[in-house]
Amino acid sequence: MELVLNEDQELIAKTALDFVAEHSPVSRFRALRDADDRLGYSQALYREMAELGWTGIAFAEEEGGAGMGLAELALVVEALGRKLAPEPFLGGIAMGGTALSLGASPALRSAWLPGVIDGSKVVALAHQEAGARYDLCAVKTRAEAAGDGFRLTGEKTGVLDAVGADAVIVPARTAGQPGDRAGLTLFLVETDRPGVSLERQVRVDHRNAAILRLDGVACGAAAVLGQPGEGADLLEAVIDRATVVLCAEMLGGMSEAFDLTVDYLKTREQFGVPIGSFQALQHRAARVYMEVELARSAVMAAARAVDAAGAGPLDADVRKLVSLAKARCSDAYVLATNEGVQLFGGVGMTDEYDIGFYMKRARAAELTFGDAAFHRDRWAMLGRY
Amino acid sequence: MSDLEAFRRETRAWLEANAPKSLAGIPSNDIEGVWGGKKWVFDHPDKKLWLERMAEKGWTAPTWPVEYGGGGLSSAEAKILAQEMKALRLPAPLIGFGLTMIGPTLLRFGNEAQKQEHLPKICRGEIRWCQGYSEPGSGSDLASLQTKAVRDGDHFVINGTKVWTSYADEADWIFALVRNDASGKKQEGITFILIDMDDPGVSVSPILLISGKSPFCETHFKDVRVPVTNVVHEIGAGWTVAKALLGHERTMIADTFGVASTKARARGARGFLPELAASRTGEQDGRLADAVLRDQVAAFEMESRAFALTVQRTKDAARAGHQPGSESSMFKIYGTELNQRRYELMVRILGPDALGWEGPGFDETDLETTRDWLRSRGNTIEGGTSEVQLNIIAKHVLGLPA
Ligand SMILES: Cc1cc2nc3c(=O)[nH]c(=O)nc-3n(C[C@H](O)[C@H](O)[C@H](O)COP(=O)(O)OP(=O)(O)OC[C@H]3O[C@@H](n4cnc5c(N)ncnc54)[C@H](O)[C@@H]3O)c2cc1C
Repeated sequence: MELVLNEDQELIAKTALDFVAEHSPVSRFRALRDADDRLGYSQALYREMAELGWTGIAFAEEEGGAGMGLAELALVVEALGRKLAPEPFLGGIAMGGTALSLGASPALRSAWLPGVIDGSKVVALAHQEAGARYDLCAVKTRAEAAGDGFRLTGEKTGVLDAVGADAVIVPARTAGQPGDRAGLTLFLVETDRPGVSLERQVRVDHRNAAILRLDGVACGAAAVLGQPGEGADLLEAVIDRATVVLCAEMLGGMSEAFDLTVDYLKTREQFGVPIGSFQALQHRAARVYMEVELARSAVMAAARAVDAAGAGPLDADVRKLVSLAKARCSDAYVLATNEGVQLFGGVGMTDEYDIGFYMKRARAAELTFGDAAFHRDRWAMLGRY
Repeated sequence: MSDLEAFRRETRAWLEANAPKSLAGIPSNDIEGVWGGKKWVFDHPDKKLWLERMAEKGWTAPTWPVEYGGGGLSSAEAKILAQEMKALRLPAPLIGFGLTMIGPTLLRFGNEAQKQEHLPKICRGEIRWCQGYSEPGSGSDLASLQTKAVRDGDHFVINGTKVWTSYADEADWIFALVRNDASGKKQEGITFILIDMDDPGVSVSPILLISGKSPFCETHFKDVRVPVTNVVHEIGAGWTVAKALLGHERTMIADTFGVASTKARARGARGFLPELAASRTGEQDGRLADAVLRDQVAAFEMESRAFALTVQRTKDAARAGHQPGSESSMFKIYGTELNQRRYELMVRILGPDALGWEGPGFDETDLETTRDWLRSRGNTIEGGTSEVQLNIIAKHVLGLPA
């Protein structure tokens, strides 16, 4: 595993950065936020990104993807994270798309993956229930056998990129109690089905999220992903991969927040000198720089390790790297943005400046798929101590 | 029976007879408190009654001289009054920058005419004040301020912009620092002046914070004519006045964010944070189930306690007659950082529940916690940044070379 970009990857990274800088300055996110846009992203721009091959980058060529991996997807998502581009790469590609590619039957796959890859469809994944914190198995939503199929009843919250989605993949209990690993089954539920309702949520980072309510929704056996009752393994495999993608976004965000801060240190003057000439602040910036560098290494390593494992289950060493990336990125993004706001001084606290957006996104990302403490604990557990 | 004991008895009797019962337990914070002023609308008739009775008695400003509308109490008596009000869970009848900032400043630096003009109106809650210090280009380096005051006969003509003027949209008067002379040292040539917000040429626009709506404003002055008699202390001596006032402000902020809010939030036998952590993350054998979180909560509670003890030690020492040093800087830094740590911890305890901005799927208090967390990031900036306070400690307490 080499922690360096090859020529192709350099090109992907550069293309992505250039495209995002040109088509998605932070002012675009701000305008969507100000307009209280229902989707919170631009469908047209998402289609353009799909045409550039970004949505399909990590899917197999036989599915219509580019046959690359998370290492490459991470570069694109890092660029998006830099400018807070809100297109549904996390919910729709890293979560829903990955679930389809790891778990869907040939029929489901051919019905949904092409649309996901060309950007015409969004399939979200409802991994969160109220009060579950970071426990993927704390699922109360029930799937009761009914005829040849099931009826789904329950409520999911914080379903990322679900507003406007065509389908949501829903973990539900076919057996067992909330918290049990056994008895979870993943279902693909079309959002226009009777009994399905989505309510848009407005979150602190103003990204697309919804409450999903299922009231006796009929699902055929054909809607099941993976093996019935063994959904926990599949869900975990998906979330591990999505975590790496989220980390890449966080890396982009913290890098940009840091760059904004360093620029400000060079230009803001007090006491007749640039504030960046104060050694106390130079040292603060130097510390953030180091943390961002460590985060970058962890993200690169995690992406490469997951890619090496292919579509198979992830072993403890790979999962440790995922936890390493998420723990470091959580702490580093929060640090970079806390320091950013502080070093911007008063204007950092105003909505007019962008640095606050990064602080909010840092928090949302930190508290998604487990915070740093959760992943340090998981690291220790995987290391059997 | 000592005089103080008699005072305590009389005070309690008077409070019991005069304080509207409906106000018991209502806080006198930013939201519930009475700020007063020409534009003030009481949200409860008893708050008006309470203000009138207390103002009549001089107890909106208990230690100010009686001739200016105060109560003329000694500090020991004022403490008793505060204790008795607390025992009855009574709110302060009046809050605001008149009482905490400009009043004490006028008592110290104002001339007789200014005291007579302004202090009684402050005590009665008739005039609401705001503060005009910071400017877009002058924050930490406040002394570099550029708002111009050009002399024209009996008037100064004021031009410039002040930022972070909280509640300027609701205030009647502003006390401001302006530059009357740009030729010498920057600290010289600053004048402290009182400006009527109704004067032609004053305009106000709101500042939106990362936490949402805020009381802060930008206040613009365009050819505003202010009588020279509104200068407090001497022309060009505004920096001395300003520095005295900043000391007050820092102590106030330290109090608000440090000890005070820890106490206010203490609910349940084990305190606010342990209860919150227990309810959100579970317990095992009567302890927080998550050992990592337990450590974080305990670390915070211990820091908080040690800080409270330090504040107490300083106050005890002051009462015993020791000269206060530069503690206000230390309290400002530590109190505000403690408040930030509290919110960081709360947000982590809430986990995904902390991610709401508004609307469905989030509980009201959780939404409030999220906004408060964002707002707390400003605590280490407002009232002089932590970095500037650290410089003060390094220079004035530790005597480190410049
Ligand atoms: C929520 C809020 C409320 C406020 N309320 C008021 C108010 O009521 N009245 C009022 O007048 N002002 C108020 N302010 C303004 C506040 O006082 C200033 O923001 C603060 O003094 C910092 O100034 P600045 O914003 O210009 O930042 P700058 O001075 O530009 O500072 C930027 C960064 O540089 C650092 N820095 C600056 N100088 C040094 C140095 N010498 N050594 C090391 N680091 C340094 C600062 O610490 C900061 O991190 C408020 C600000 C906020 C955020």
